[in-house]
Amino acid sequence: MNTTSTLERVLRGIAITLVILFFMFPIFWIILMSFQTNDTILRVPPSMFFEPTLQNYRGLITGQLVTDTSSLEIKFMGNLFNSLFLSTSAVAVGLILGVPAAYAFARLKFRGSEDIAFTLLSFRFAPPLLVLLPLTIYFQQLGLANTYGGLIWVYQLIVLPLILWIVRGYFEDIPADIEYAYRIAGHRWWTTFRKIALPLAGPGIAAAALLAFIFAWNNFIFALVLASADKQPVTVGALAFITASGVQYGQIAAGIILSIAPTFALALYAQRYLVEGLSLGAVKG
Amino acid sequence: MSDVTHRGLPKRRFKVSRRMLPYLLSLPALLTCIGILIPFLTAVVYSLQRYRLSQPWARKFNWGENYWNFLSDDSFWNTLKVSMTYAFCTVGIELLLGLGIAILLQKRNRFNNFVSIMLLMPLMTAPALASLMWKLMTNPGFGILSYFSDLLGFEDFNWASDPQTAMLTVVIVDVWVYTPFIMILLLAGLRSLPQQPFEAAALDGVPRMFVFRRITLPMLTPFLLTAVLFRMIESIQQFDIIYAMTQGGPGDSLTVFQVEAYLNFFQSTNVGRSAALMMILWAITYFLSNIFIKNWLRLREKQRGDA
Repeated sequence: MNTTSTLERVLRGIAITLVILFFMFPIFWIILMSFQTNDTILRVPPSMFFEPTLQNYRGLITGQLVTDTSSLEIKFMGNLFNSLFLSTSAVAVGLILGVPAAYAFARLKFRGSEDIAFTLLSFRFAPPLLVLLPLTIYFQQLGLANTYGGLIWVYQLIVLPLILWIVRGYFEDIPADIEYAYRIAGHRWWTTFRKIALPLAGPGIAAAALLAFIFAWNNFIFALVLASADKQPVTVGALAFITASGVQYGQIAAGIILSIAPTFALALYAQRYLVEGLSLGAVKG
Repeated sequence: MSDVTHRGLPKRRFKVSRRMLPYLLSLPALLTCIGILIPFLTAVVYSLQRYRLSQPWARKFNWGENYWNFLSDDSFWNTLKVSMTYAFCTVGIELLLGLGIAILLQKRNRFNNFVSIMLLMPLMTAPALASLMWKLMTNPGFGILSYFSDLLGFEDFNWASDPQTAMLTVVIVDVWVYTPFIMILLLAGLRSLPQQPFEAAALDGVPRMFVFRRITLPMLTPFLLTAVLFRMIESIQQFDIIYAMTQGGPGDSLTVFQVEAYLNFFQSTNVGRSAALMMILWAITYFLSNIFIKNWLRLREKQRGDA
């Protein structure tokens, strides 16, 4: 039965190696760079061997960028904090708003429910700038420009549709009979929702929250348009940091590593949820 | 007796009627989004106006002139061309590569699972940061890729800073970030296919190429379509990668829709043109997403039916 020839196995091996090389090398190389000073980075030819230094990370964490001639203050840690705060709050708000709505769409079929669900979903696909450009003008008038509150609200554009659609799918998969039985036993709607529906949809809610957090963290355009330096998350901050730090390449690399580390850690920690969320989010709904 | 019923009453007052409940539950989410619908309508109005931030006094409705002007506007056609090229190149390459990798990793074993988790990493990287990573690697001074392209005999291969190769560079970054997404979808699809047809084909000694073309591909088509449409909608709107890499340059070689609209708004402060551009992009994505959602729902029904 087994028809895999040696040639095929070799070809497979080569293909997999190339795939791993292409997808892993950039991360590997930037990690290496983040432990180097400009002297070793600028060597020709480039080499993988050098004496690792922590000075890039130290500089970022203490907020002092020391060059040969001067010392510059950098607020990269502030960006990191903004990312953390914005993404966490956006997901928390998204869950509070989205989970009950998802339950309503899944369980309590009501007039217009499909239309409303579609409208919400279509936000997922609208070009962000279409909404952002008028919003910049409104935010200025409303005093929401460059506030955390305004940003968290706009972040709902990505967080909410995601939570709605993933969690809705999970609620639909719970057999309604369990809930009916619990209701017939004399429990109220709210208790049923809390004690039966929520725990059963738990994995779905976790997957949705995880994915929403990552999307919020990785978002670039919202904060680029609506936030100025002190409220910017790492994605925007890193871009500004490149121009500010001039030629401190090791520090830029360290900044990038610090900015992608949280999502990597989350992804590794909860990869099962993540894969489920990704494929459910796009295939199953 | 009556005391008991009376004590029961106050609790009951908070019980919402069954008919109102779903609306109450979804209302907060709806309101949040309606707050976002208003700017959308505003954008429609802007797109019908002559509106420059630098000349607020000259703001007036010019009904469709912004759109009409596009017809004779070379930079608009350039935007359309660049966006389309970007979307087709990225999605095409990602589809082929994603399918290939999914097939390579199809068998469930520890090594394959490990590799597919590793491949999630690029997808977890913020696209804007991914662009910066590749920018560091393609730096003409010390970039490792510039060094390799030199070694391979491409002299003066300037990656994103050369109009000739700028598109190639951003496409590579996009492929790096998003191929894993297609791979995950297709892997889930491949692993969910029923086994009987494959076992039957193996028993009959059907050639593997034939099995792939006649069994695997047709059964995988709904997944392929979902992945392609989904990526297409995102790719034609790509902003992060391109803006972080070159801000649309060099020249106008990478001014895709959103980048062009951003530059129009913030640099030339031409709000009207910017809004009109976004409306056209919206029309394209709306068309694509309608097909996508229909296809998606069909796939979902089918999966539900199987389960």
